[in-house]
Amino acid sequence: MSTNNESKDGFAMNPNDDRPLLEIKNLAISFSTPGGPVNAVRNANLTVMPGETVAIVGESGSGKSTTALAAIGLLPGNGKVTGGQILFDGEDLSKASEKRFIELRGNHIGMVPQDPMSNLNPVWKIGFQVKETLKANGLAGKDPNGRVAQVLADAGLPDAAKRAKQYPHEFSGGMRQRALIAIGLACRPRLLIADEPTSALDVTVQQQILDHLDTMTSELGTAVLLITHDLGLAAERAQKVIVMYKGQVVESGPALEILRNPQHPYTQRLVASAPSLASKRLESQPVEVAEGVNAVVKPDHSGARDEILQVKNLTKVFKIRKGLGRSEDFTAVDDVSFAVKRGTTTAIVGESGSGKSTVAQMVLNLLKPTEGSITFDGEEMANRSERELFKFRRRVQPIFQDPYGSLDPMFSIYRTIEEPLRIHGIGDAKSRQLRVKELLDHVAIPTATMHRYPNELSGGQRQRIAIARALALQPEVIICDEAVSALDVLVQAQILNLLNKLQEDLNLTYLFITHDLAVVRQIADDVCVMQKGRIVEQSTSDEVFNNPKSEYTQNLLRAIPGASLML
Amino acid sequence: MIPVFFGATLLVYFLVFATPGDPIAALSGGKPMAPAVEAALRAQYNLDQPFWIQYLLYLKSLVTFDLGTTFSGQPVADVIGRAFPVTARLAVMALAIEAVFGIAFGVFAGLRKGKAFDSTVLILSLLVIAVPTFVLGFVLQFVVGVKLGWAKPTVGAGAPWGDLILPALVLGLVSFAYVLRLTRTSIIENKNADYVRTATAKGLSRRRVVTVHILRNSLIPVVTFLGADLGGLMGGAIVTEGIFNVPGIGLLLFNAILKGETPTVVAVVSVLVLVFVIANLIVDMLYAWLDPRIRYV
Repeated sequence: MSTNNESKDGFAMNPNDDRPLLEIKNLAISFSTPGGPVNAVRNANLTVMPGETVAIVGESGSGKSTTALAAIGLLPGNGKVTGGQILFDGEDLSKASEKRFIELRGNHIGMVPQDPMSNLNPVWKIGFQVKETLKANGLAGKDPNGRVAQVLADAGLPDAAKRAKQYPHEFSGGMRQRALIAIGLACRPRLLIADEPTSALDVTVQQQILDHLDTMTSELGTAVLLITHDLGLAAERAQKVIVMYKGQVVESGPALEILRNPQHPYTQRLVASAPSLASKRLESQPVEVAEGVNAVVKPDHSGARDEILQVKNLTKVFKIRKGLGRSEDFTAVDDVSFAVKRGTTTAIVGESGSGKSTVAQMVLNLLKPTEGSITFDGEEMANRSERELFKFRRRVQPIFQDPYGSLDPMFSIYRTIEEPLRIHGIGDAKSRQLRVKELLDHVAIPTATMHRYPNELSGGQRQRIAIARALALQPEVIICDEAVSALDVLVQAQILNLLNKLQEDLNLTYLFITHDLAVVRQIADDVCVMQKGRIVEQSTSDEVFNNPKSEYTQNLLRAIPGASLML
Repeated sequence: MIPVFFGATLLVYFLVFATPGDPIAALSGGKPMAPAVEAALRAQYNLDQPFWIQYLLYLKSLVTFDLGTTFSGQPVADVIGRAFPVTARLAVMALAIEAVFGIAFGVFAGLRKGKAFDSTVLILSLLVIAVPTFVLGFVLQFVVGVKLGWAKPTVGAGAPWGDLILPALVLGLVSFAYVLRLTRTSIIENKNADYVRTATAKGLSRRRVVTVHILRNSLIPVVTFLGADLGGLMGGAIVTEGIFNVPGIGLLLFNAILKGETPTVVAVVSVLVLVFVIANLIVDMLYAWLDPRIRYV
């Protein structure tokens, strides 16, 4: 930095627009682990011009977040830049001191983190957390509270002055993310690092927030380094896309070009399996998944199949405590009816709070319905005895969202899969072991994995184990509650493929609960769209996608990132 | 709170009642006594009544703040009134020592996890936990009090603050080690939290990140421990007060148990129960202040 006298932090106030704001050259980052150093990023190059939006796309573990965090000096304790340069406005930050980073953070480089639930300190009011950002960067001014309200209002938080006095737990996910965007942009940084800023949010909220972020950054002239696993989202929001794979940049260039004409095999795979783009892929070069659906299901639309699951006028009312013994009724599920035909997939789609998971729990008999009936294979579920329920559980199995949380970490893979067999008293030790091997075969996991523990497996492998566990009792119906939402795009495609193949082989029936319409397109035959506890649209998958009737469904379809591209 | 109080006094009253040994015999020092005198004494202390009546009479006097008299004729209330402030002073000092040093050392150890300071402190704290209080007490009394002469080895009349430093140190030392370890673990857990990274990304100084964002969140479990420990310190004072001859509740209780002096034992324990219950109430309130999420549950 030679322009020290031109501004307080040593930056020229009138930067040359031709000069890149951020230039990463041959960057290498490694983490020290007990097993020796792990190279997380190798030879990464990227350039962000002032005011430009650049997206880094890749699956988890690709090094995309690590690269971006290095630019703001936030690598975790055991991570180190081992080579290359990070030039921010000409200054090499790869060797910058912590003191220098403290000067830069906030007012020169801002950050919007991934998970709005864990990134706000739960014990401080929202306003306090915004105010300290302003103060730390000397921007609080004479009326800090007024400034806080302004910043929050700019980020699209309604009633900002009042909201500033609330705690994070009183905010919804979308509102928290707005607060985090307010914090990230409060000090008008020239570069904003947005690390998966909306992947934890519903699609419609995601769209609103990204739109708002677009508007704000273009008004302020902020450059954005957007990190995402969603190629469709990247292509829609960024001018330039950088694809990272196993710590290396494998492809970079203008967004649409990469999408239309991917060069690197990894990018090609990524484009092919991006669910948000599936609406196009289905027609031009059908993915395996789509073929499976067509082949198995088409003949069954004649209605010859029996309805294995019938749900009639299902209603669930929760009492919400209001303190002092008063309570208020909250109708989570309101008069929901649908039927699932044997051997097909019915998807229930909706945003968080739409009641879709409550329906799943009632179908699984984990929750008692307030009203209405659930009929399984011709038998009413209510008034069943314990013994009958036990038999019922054998025929209906769940797969849950979080493959990290739904497997007992203290159970080996073998024990996890074998447990349901043992509980239901099926076979002896020897035949159970054979069955477990067979199940692992089904889900394409090597049988040698049997004696390992969940923490030794990747997210995709764990979800395969969860599927194997669900299949152990040869159920007829599997309830998938957001079964692929926590997975990377490519893994998600693999799991959907697997589920499809299993449906074909074992004549399974799926009830698929998801917030992701793009996934629905790939797997479902029939779709119920839920909003605020009610079904607003109910039809075949093709009908819902090609000819959506309700406004809500139309909004949902429009909000799929990348939906507007290439149509 | 109220059921806890009744339950505890009843239990203690029963335990003392059931202890072998006759209080009147103990009072006379094992010497023979005229039957009339003995009967009069028994009547005076309600010892001729069945257990339930004794307990109810005791409760009645408790509510009217008449705690009865000791065998030597002093009102129990007066005896406790003299001893309680001493122990309270001792416990508060011990609590202050363990809180201030325990949290400070814990924070530094947690922030420097795996470094020399952290390892040293961990080993030392383990040592402190492992050595029983009475050993620690006698060693410190001998080394610091007698050999080095830095502090008085025993506590003088009126138990002034200065004299209590050494006993308070002994009393607080074990809890200090626990507080240290608890704080350290809590800091290590919180310093990698997402919101701490976000706070750093805002451009805050390291000091502010630590004090505002790591410390407050890390103190939540520590405060719970400290509150519960205050009661423990007052009860645990028996050993320490014995070593340093502190005229406090512990010594009083110890002597009363030896004499089988039911009114004193039960009164002292009642006071301890009350302190314990109030300390927990304060912890609950502090807890709500530290963590706004539980205010609404």
